[in-house]
Amino acid sequence: MNSIKLTLLAGISLIGFSAIQAQEVKDILNQGKITGNFQVDAQYYQEDSAIGAVQPNEEFLTNGFLNLIYTNSGFSAGIRYESYQNAMLGFPTGYKGSGIAYRFASFTKDDLSVTVGNFYEQFGNGLVLRAYEERGLGYDNAIDGIRVKYKLFNGIELTGLVGQQRLYFEKGDGIVRAFNANINFNETFESLKDKKTKVIVGGSVVSKFQEDNNPDLILPENVASFAGRTIISRGKVSLNAEYAFKYNDPSLDNGYNYKNGEAAFIQASYSQKGLGVSLAAKRVDNFSFRSDRDASQQDLFINYQPALTKQHTYNLLATLYPYATQPNGEMAVQGDVIYTFAKGSLLGGKYGTGVQLNASFAYDINRDSINPLEDDSRNLYTSNYFETGQRLFRDMNIQISKKLSKDWKMKLTYANILFNQEVVQGKADVPMVSAHVGVAEATYKFNMRNSIRMEGQVLLTEQDQGNWATGILEYSYSPHWFVAVIDQFNYDNPKGAEEHYYNVSAGYNNQGNRITLAYGRQRAGIFCVGGVCREVPAANGLYLSITSSF
Amino acid sequence: MKKVLFGLLVVFGFQTNTMAQGKLPAVEVKTMEFESFNTSEISNDGKPIIVNFWATWCSPCKRELNNISDMYEDWVDETGVKLVAISIDDARNMGKVAPYVNGQSWEYDVYIDPNGDLKRAMGVNNVPHTFLLDGKGNIVWQHNSYSEGDEYELFELVKKLSKGESISK
Repeated sequence: MNSIKLTLLAGISLIGFSAIQAQEVKDILNQGKITGNFQVDAQYYQEDSAIGAVQPNEEFLTNGFLNLIYTNSGFSAGIRYESYQNAMLGFPTGYKGSGIAYRFASFTKDDLSVTVGNFYEQFGNGLVLRAYEERGLGYDNAIDGIRVKYKLFNGIELTGLVGQQRLYFEKGDGIVRAFNANINFNETFESLKDKKTKVIVGGSVVSKFQEDNNPDLILPENVASFAGRTIISRGKVSLNAEYAFKYNDPSLDNGYNYKNGEAAFIQASYSQKGLGVSLAAKRVDNFSFRSDRDASQQDLFINYQPALTKQHTYNLLATLYPYATQPNGEMAVQGDVIYTFAKGSLLGGKYGTGVQLNASFAYDINRDSINPLEDDSRNLYTSNYFETGQRLFRDMNIQISKKLSKDWKMKLTYANILFNQEVVQGKADVPMVSAHVGVAEATYKFNMRNSIRMEGQVLLTEQDQGNWATGILEYSYSPHWFVAVIDQFNYDNPKGAEEHYYNVSAGYNNQGNRITLAYGRQRAGIFCVGGVCREVPAANGLYLSITSSF
Repeated sequence: MKKVLFGLLVVFGFQTNTMAQGKLPAVEVKTMEFESFNTSEISNDGKPIIVNFWATWCSPCKRELNNISDMYEDWVDETGVKLVAISIDDARNMGKVAPYVNGQSWEYDVYIDPNGDLKRAMGVNNVPHTFLLDGKGNIVWQHNSYSEGDEYELFELVKKLSKGESISK
């Protein structure tokens, strides 16, 4: 109690202090600003045995957070308060209760920039280090420690950091130490300044320390990883390549395998007005990297390995059979072509026509087991670099978009998907899912403010839960209101009865505020953002969400 | 610790009454060629600026930017406005940003915020999120989400700003 009084006193005297200070101090203080954002989601759950939805004991669950960031010239500081009372279904159960889960202070002075407290960071493509947040999925592996960035001279950026990672309201066991250097040759060397070819080269070292607490194995307490990368671009063409290596890192993920890990990623693109082409490939072998070797699920990842597949937005495509990266081993390729038939051309018509083609293929790596009786390295397998293992995923899709008239717009999508449930979802004795998906979307504008959007989706498969159809009607009154009705229908399901999943929602937004209210059934599914996917159970009930930015 | 934070909040809370209008924070993002770029360098010769957060996987975002793209030339001619599109695509999709932007023939200034640093600094919850800056670089308006027709309201506001009128209600 006394200390609260003291703090208040200190606060008040500070306010008094700032009020009577000289004009220049006032000016400095006046430049300060506070920004932030807020979100709260709440759901009331009903029992619904037909779709397997259960009512939790609490009946009503909420998640919420508030970010506050204060900035004044080179200085900034911020906090995030988070509250889970209790965490909503499908959210990681480690989130319980409330508290300040993020706080930092940072300053920039000339070429030096320092952050203490919690921070997010990414080196290159994230193959060896990426600390980031996806609030909507409950993903947050922020580092708590010290980060120093220095611009040596033009085009050379150095970053060093040390800290522990966030684990819900606690911190993980391991300590992460990391260093990164980036050189932009065209900025560093005067003679290259006006050259058309641009070259950026970068390198990272990331190491973690965790005590060996295992009675049976001699575990490496320090594990180091390295990455080298280059980005070369010339006009319409660009190339981004990165290679990473990691010393033996026996963990729960890899079955305490002492084999070294490696990952390679390459992406090339060509683009000009009306045409974009992108090709990418990667190979990952034993490259799960966490600051606690015994962590599982989405906890304490140091690095980031995105799936090399299209991130679909249509509901059935995005949440029924999305591919998730396999950090223990994967070989994947992806290609994209985006083309716009120009206005006035034969296929372009009056408004032009857009076509997008995408194909992605993912396989396991080849593995030859090592007999532990003949080899004491505790390496569990060897792998032929260019040979693939079993198929994990395939997606071939095409999308055509067309403005038909001033008021009508149309989009047609077809996707053909092969999905290995056994590996990606960890189910036993189930067949590969082969699905055809078709989506038709149309938007009609009544006038400048009123419009309606319609979606029809069909997913046909003989495996898993059988066929699905989805219809969506969304009416919007610009710029503040929308109402939407959704029905998802599961039919020809070999395991269960035919079920409708209806859902009604409405929303209002003004300036940075947004309120959404929904009622109905939610289908169980996999929700992915970036490289993180989460299984969300079926639910039925009333849902409210409020977001605000200020 | 918590008490210190509380004390700081009291001071900062007091500050908000007198503080300057928000401007774009200075944050390192990437160009479409993956070069570093500091957002403090974004300017438009005293004309309004639209800052729009989007992603290649966000369909309302793409609807909004494609709809504006159809009229962008006229907007620029009439008001001198500049649209800065900030893609929040991460390592999974950031290589697809340039092919998409060029494939759609967008004329915007496009930057990539692959680890959400600018998104966090500007308090963006989800995309699309649009900010409008007046000629002096003050953030004077923002909007989250997109519905067909929102671009007309945006352009009305841009026109007012370009004439030097205030848009506060």
